[in-house]
Amino acid sequence: MSTTTDVAPYTVVIGLEVHVQLLTQSKLFCACRNRFGDPPNTNVCPVCLGMPGVLPVMNRQAFELALRAAVALNCKIARFTKWDRKNYYYPDLPKNYQISQYDLPFSSDGYLEIPVEGGTKRVGIIRVHLEEDAGKLLHGEGGKRSQVDLNRAGTPLLEIVTRPDMNSPAEARTFLEELRLLLRYLEVSDCNMQEGSLRCDANINLHVHHNGEIIATPIVEVKNMNSFRAVERAMAYEMERQYEEWKRTGARLGEVPKETRGWDENRNITVSQRRKEEASDYRYFPEPDLVPVTVTEEELERVRESIGELPAQRRLRFISGYALPEYDARVIVEQGKKFADYFERVARGLEHAKNASNWMLQDVLRTLNERGWTIEEFPIAAEKLCDLIRRVERREVNTHAAREVFAEMLEGGGDPGEIIERKGLAMVSDEDALRQVVAAVLDKNPKVIEDFKKKKGKKRAQVAGFVRGLVMRETRGKADASLVEKLVNEMIVERAGVGFDS
Amino acid sequence: MTASEIVHLTARQLRSLFEEGRLSAEEIVSAYLERIRAYDRHVGAFLLVDEEGALQQARTLDERKARGEPLGPLAAVPVAIKDVLCTQGMRTTCASRILHNFVPPYDATVIRKLREADAVLIGKTNMDEFAMGSSTENSGFQITRNPWDLDRAPGGSSGGSAAAVAACFSPMALGSDTGGSIRQPAALCGVVGLKPTYGRVSRYGLVAFASSLDQVGPFAWDVPDTALLLQVIAGHDPMDSTSVEIEVPDYLATLDQPVGGLRIGVVREWLADGVDEQVAKAVEQAIDVYRALGAKIQDITLPHSKYGIPAYYIVAPAEASSNLARYDGVHYGYRAADYDDMVDMYCRTRAEGFGAEVKRRVMLGTYALSAGYYEAYYLKALKVRRVIREDFDRAFEQVDIVLGPTSPTPAFRLGERIDDPISMYLSDVYTVTANLAGIAGISIPCGFTADGLPVGLQLLAPPFEEERLLRAARMYERETNWHTRRPDLERVVAQFEAKQSASAG
Amino acid sequence: MALTKEEVEKVALLARLRLSPDELELMTTQLNKIVEYVEQLREVDTTDVEPLAHPLPVTNVFRRDEVRPSLPREEALRNAPDHDDEFFLVPPVLE
Ligand SMILES: [Mg+2]
Ligand SMILES: [Zn+2]
Repeated sequence: MSTTTDVAPYTVVIGLEVHVQLLTQSKLFCACRNRFGDPPNTNVCPVCLGMPGVLPVMNRQAFELALRAAVALNCKIARFTKWDRKNYYYPDLPKNYQISQYDLPFSSDGYLEIPVEGGTKRVGIIRVHLEEDAGKLLHGEGGKRSQVDLNRAGTPLLEIVTRPDMNSPAEARTFLEELRLLLRYLEVSDCNMQEGSLRCDANINLHVHHNGEIIATPIVEVKNMNSFRAVERAMAYEMERQYEEWKRTGARLGEVPKETRGWDENRNITVSQRRKEEASDYRYFPEPDLVPVTVTEEELERVRESIGELPAQRRLRFISGYALPEYDARVIVEQGKKFADYFERVARGLEHAKNASNWMLQDVLRTLNERGWTIEEFPIAAEKLCDLIRRVERREVNTHAAREVFAEMLEGGGDPGEIIERKGLAMVSDEDALRQVVAAVLDKNPKVIEDFKKKKGKKRAQVAGFVRGLVMRETRGKADASLVEKLVNEMIVERAGVGFDS
Repeated sequence: MTASEIVHLTARQLRSLFEEGRLSAEEIVSAYLERIRAYDRHVGAFLLVDEEGALQQARTLDERKARGEPLGPLAAVPVAIKDVLCTQGMRTTCASRILHNFVPPYDATVIRKLREADAVLIGKTNMDEFAMGSSTENSGFQITRNPWDLDRAPGGSSGGSAAAVAACFSPMALGSDTGGSIRQPAALCGVVGLKPTYGRVSRYGLVAFASSLDQVGPFAWDVPDTALLLQVIAGHDPMDSTSVEIEVPDYLATLDQPVGGLRIGVVREWLADGVDEQVAKAVEQAIDVYRALGAKIQDITLPHSKYGIPAYYIVAPAEASSNLARYDGVHYGYRAADYDDMVDMYCRTRAEGFGAEVKRRVMLGTYALSAGYYEAYYLKALKVRRVIREDFDRAFEQVDIVLGPTSPTPAFRLGERIDDPISMYLSDVYTVTANLAGIAGISIPCGFTADGLPVGLQLLAPPFEEERLLRAARMYERETNWHTRRPDLERVVAQFEAKQSASAG
Repeated sequence: MALTKEEVEKVALLARLRLSPDELELMTTQLNKIVEYVEQLREVDTTDVEPLAHPLPVTNVFRRDEVRPSLPREEALRNAPDHDDEFFLVPPVLE
């Protein structure tokens, strides 16, 4: 958070450069499979090996996914866009140039709204462009040789550059979470930071408030952050380090060359990276092997229509349309589009959507976590779960028994009504029958009434709770819990001759 | 028919004699291989002769013919391939030491089309390294001599292909033309060479020199064979984003129809200062032939064509510096034996693998694109490029065909220009503008100098007007017989050897 | 403006070309000649002229997002100067 007082007399300024891999079947310029985790150098062909004579041909789906992301990020879409070559030598880049976009990216000037305390904040997007990814370099033990795997070479990559609009490590993290949510919703990318399908570098500096002046410190680029948590921690570390550095040197923006530092996950610090042997000079020029792309208003309209509801809008709708608490809406939407879709299919058949939300956030989510499933792998159809919860709402089965039904559906499938019937789990709500059960329990446990009389206040309620438990056990959990409560309370008071609060 | 008679036939004649059963594919191929064995040690046109593969293919064709199977339009016709085109399983070097052992795992699209047309790939021809040069002297492996005079260069960069056709080692050949590399050697070797419109022929598998200028094109002895080979290789290719989806007309069907009311624009400045007198004379006589055929001749001007060479020597090296970055000793090709680290490995590999001209152009292109110079050089050159294109657009509003010499001089002596890059660059002064503008051009034989060296006539047509270009060229060819002359290799070799032993003694 | 030897050296590193002192000398001379020669482009008035990067009136060329077979790994590595049957091998690269 920006603090201007004696606590930390500076504002931290963070901008992010994010690369995400697109969910296409094939690579950007050739028909090799775009997939993580295959044996090295098995998804390669003359084109992505950069062999002499090969030419790139643009993957339409990659361009459309990129367009979808840019539109959802509220970007201006260029009517005319072209590709450029970025020239640099590296063994994971077979052509020794990267096909990217330089002066005419297909989109620019957008924003993403992120939730912050007490509302939302707009983080500006400078540009979104499409480019090809490089391969991977493995540094073998002993350091005698490095290994090159080109499976990733030429896969489509979206580069998203934000404005320096984030003013705390937490905001940087929230931005990434919100971006990931959005791109997953759009099915543009799976944004898996561990697998490298989302990668993030940060530019960070401080605006120090000193003697009524605001002093910008040199910008530092931080790399090698491999999780959202790492981004947050690296930013927090760097913010303090830069302040100490400024106090020591007083160096201002522009006075020293831009530094690149790497996040050291084990030591929890950033480390200055060896400066390259030459100043980078990428010698961008228009890619002669690809033709420009023009985008018409009709095409853009089609993309806008195909995008549908975005996570932020959906959260709002869950709150207003289903009367969900903000927390529930946020957590459900965060689980992804398919999870939220499932929720909606359950909620629509119920009296209270909150009942669906409770089941989703407790029973369903716990099961998914325990078993490592996605909602698509979850074996209970939304309609069946809805049926079950509806029976709870209609007091045909109590929550306790419903969990038993749920467990059975999880293992063997089946229909809630049939399981309730077969296992005799229908709720017992016959008042006379229950009254007899309560009477029998109290008869068998005369000490209870003595206890009740001896104790005061809350302790008396505990005694009643104990009795309710015995009654539920007696009815094998099927009794109408609220009816049991009412009867137990009545009958204890009756037998003890004292009330709860006397 | 004797082997010597066979190798003097056209591709069309070979194809029909094969079809009629009067010549077997094996006889045809053997005749050419015999000729190559006899003379290529003097000419040096080939880097690789695929004797076994060619004979094998010939036998397969003979079997297929015996079974009555349908045969492609180039059945049993040998085609020599400039070593800049990738041939699956057949070494492809671009005449560079850096690719000395590179065997492509794929075929260039034009090679695939040749195979589908049942052509016989007879071998890979010498060239200037990575097609950079105008004499074929920049080959990393050998020099190629002009079959009309072994002291002289065949032109370049497709010198091996032009010489192979001129020496009757193959009735046709493929080359590539980035600044004149088909037309100029065709002119210097006395054969026909055509540079198609940019986008007419797929570049997939053509090892890139300057991607926005490169085109693959045919060499042959006459215009109909040239049309036949163009027919086979032309057309849209989904593997090349810059190949255009425009229908390919049947070039042979209309070839002998003269262009009615043909309007020819003569580029006057190309026949003024700097052109060899005998070249100018031959071109003037060609103009007379057209005039006699009823063509309307008028002078035109291409005011910016003199900036073609300087613009080219920014644009082409800039693209080349990037295209040739991939030759770094990592994924294929040569790697230096000794080095300190990764960067040193790159620097030594490239220093040892590339020849002087390639290094010069890579340096020039890198410089032109580097920070601070991009606008002054690269961007400026692209603007001049548009101005040059607009010169042609204006010219083609008035005329159907633009005419001039192909090369300012006939074949020059080997070694004559090699130490003076700019004088070598000026060999392409009349051809380079067609590449910058992306239009179609052809060079056809139009006479000989007193020394018996061929002279080439260049015709240029608007984009995708190859049909008009071929018809206009054919009109001239039918009235003349320059295209029927062949060098007498036996005599040429004897003279050369006599001269050599004289100078040695 | 003339290129100095230092500039040529910088360009050589960008282009990953090792030049011996003699080659550097010759390269500097030759590049200066060529650069001087191409300087005549300045004579052309290109005010309001759009650069021509492509001589083609073509836009929007795409392929369908379809997977086709890749090369067998053996083929992919066949031309490599150094490999271990799985990877291309290069001198150690420090991150
Ligand atoms: Mg990038
Ligand atoms: Zn591939």
